[in-house]
Amino acid sequence: MQSSIEERLTKKSKKAKLETFGKSLSFICIAFIVLVVISILYFVASKGIATFTQNGVSIGSFLGGTDWNPSGKGADGQPLVGALPMITGSFLVTFLSAIVATPFAIGAAVFMTEISPKMGKKILQPVIELLVGIPSVVYGFIGLTVVVPAVRNVFGGSGFGILAGTFVLFVMILPTVTSMTIDALNTVPRHYREASLALGATRWQTVYKVVLRSAIPGILTAVVFGMARAFGEALAVQMVIGNAALMPGNLVSPASTLTSILTMGMGNTVMGSLQNNVLWSLALILLVMSLVFNIMTRLIGKKGAMK
Amino acid sequence: MKRKWTSAFIGMTVLLTLTACSGGDNGESITAVGSSALQPLVEAAGEEYGATNLGKFVNVQGGGSGTGLSQISEGAVEIGNSDVFAEEKEGIDASALVDHKVAVVGITPIVHKGVGVTDISKEDLKLIFTGKVTNWKEVGGKDLPIIVLNRATGSGTRSTFEATALDGAESVRSQEQDSTGMVRQIVADTPGAISYVAFSYVTDDLQTLSIDGVKPTDEHVTTNEWTIWSYEHMYTKGKPTGLTKDFIDYVLSDEVQSTIVPQLGYISVTQMKVEKDAFGNLTKVSSQN
Repeated sequence: MQSSIEERLTKKSKKAKLETFGKSLSFICIAFIVLVVISILYFVASKGIATFTQNGVSIGSFLGGTDWNPSGKGADGQPLVGALPMITGSFLVTFLSAIVATPFAIGAAVFMTEISPKMGKKILQPVIELLVGIPSVVYGFIGLTVVVPAVRNVFGGSGFGILAGTFVLFVMILPTVTSMTIDALNTVPRHYREASLALGATRWQTVYKVVLRSAIPGILTAVVFGMARAFGEALAVQMVIGNAALMPGNLVSPASTLTSILTMGMGNTVMGSLQNNVLWSLALILLVMSLVFNIMTRLIGKKGAMK
Repeated sequence: MKRKWTSAFIGMTVLLTLTACSGGDNGESITAVGSSALQPLVEAAGEEYGATNLGKFVNVQGGGSGTGLSQISEGAVEIGNSDVFAEEKEGIDASALVDHKVAVVGITPIVHKGVGVTDISKEDLKLIFTGKVTNWKEVGGKDLPIIVLNRATGSGTRSTFEATALDGAESVRSQEQDSTGMVRQIVADTPGAISYVAFSYVTDDLQTLSIDGVKPTDEHVTTNEWTIWSYEHMYTKGKPTGLTKDFIDYVLSDEVQSTIVPQLGYISVTQMKVEKDAFGNLTKVSSQN
């Protein structure tokens, strides 16, 4: 009898074993994900750096050059791999679409949280969630058949360009930014509003001076998230931007983004050649930028956390 | 009960992994990768081939000519499909590859309906694509700015067009699209647009251009009166053997060349009265059939 009690106390129970099993299972899952992320980072980085180490392209001429023609050579015998047109294009569409989308997102969010929460929850929330779920190719298709001709008729040019890209991305990031702004406004404590109203502030004053002010970090996070999505969007932008590796002179002339040049060049280049390596370098820029966006949201969240 | 589910889940995962590894082992199979222009033909031929030769499969994947050539050079696949000669692609050791020309594709300039031009001199065409002429009225059309639309750099159609229609001149840097379908749609929708597609992609909402009075037809391609055409290549690493050889022979057989090839808008290699090498040199084929 005694020995069996001893055994029970010193040996692992069934429950404890189950727990160890569960723990190790979830650890394996985490380790696997981390491994995948690290290997992707390593792969893209090693491939992207090959342009500079193997092909001898200087980083300055890659980031600052405006001539993109990887299969040709410039007057000085160096390959023409200036990525500035694409980098400019990517940042332009990203910032422009964020600038256009933010006021709409804040307006919609204020309406849904402060002015008419009931209608917001019942009608607007599902609509916005629906917008999130629409595949990007559908946005691109609509952009190609509706936005591009509209831009062509109103602003001139061929219709393809930064402006069309901005419009399409605006619709694409709007739901993301809106729903995150709603979350930010909802986390503003109720007593802030009550205190403000008790002091005699009107509803508008409360919204403008108290709710929006205290939700600024959350709203900024939402905008950065939207920008990250805009920056990485490939298909829809590629369909409407025109894909000309030229410095954008105005908003209605064909331009290109990092993603559009990447998707166009992939199938036509040979692994290991310069033409292929520079594409990896573009991918590396994209990866670094998404890291930057990630870090930015973290910083904003930390710095502006409500005390 | 929970335990059961867990073990069932693990069991499923293991099973899936195993089948993923051994998939297709129950028959003989080869993989052909590359050119999206050639893909429909290889797919159709592969299907027919699989139907008559039970247990033998031809997997066909796209990815572009560059992918096809690099995959076959590495020996990762059995057949590499390409629109261009391996010699034309940088970074490919063409001497290790064996070329099988399975079809011919004609390429024609297309314009938006309503530019007012249906025939153009080769000289003018060159001026348009090199960006020296920017309005249709300069080549006898309406007063409308010209919008040049290119395929992506490195695309087989583009390199063929630049080599034959522009005599090797490089096209002006302008809008690029990575698929023929997109090019077709954009040219049909955009006033003043000009681009180029394979014959099989021409539809009624597009206007093809004849060059110096020569219409873009299959007959003109076979005699090289229409000079903008290219071969569709199936490359193998070294001489093909076994199923690969059998399949390529099948694609080159009269059965495929006289049915599937013309049905899909390609031109059969057996009809060609001229032959072109990787450097654009032409030789007359003395007697066919």
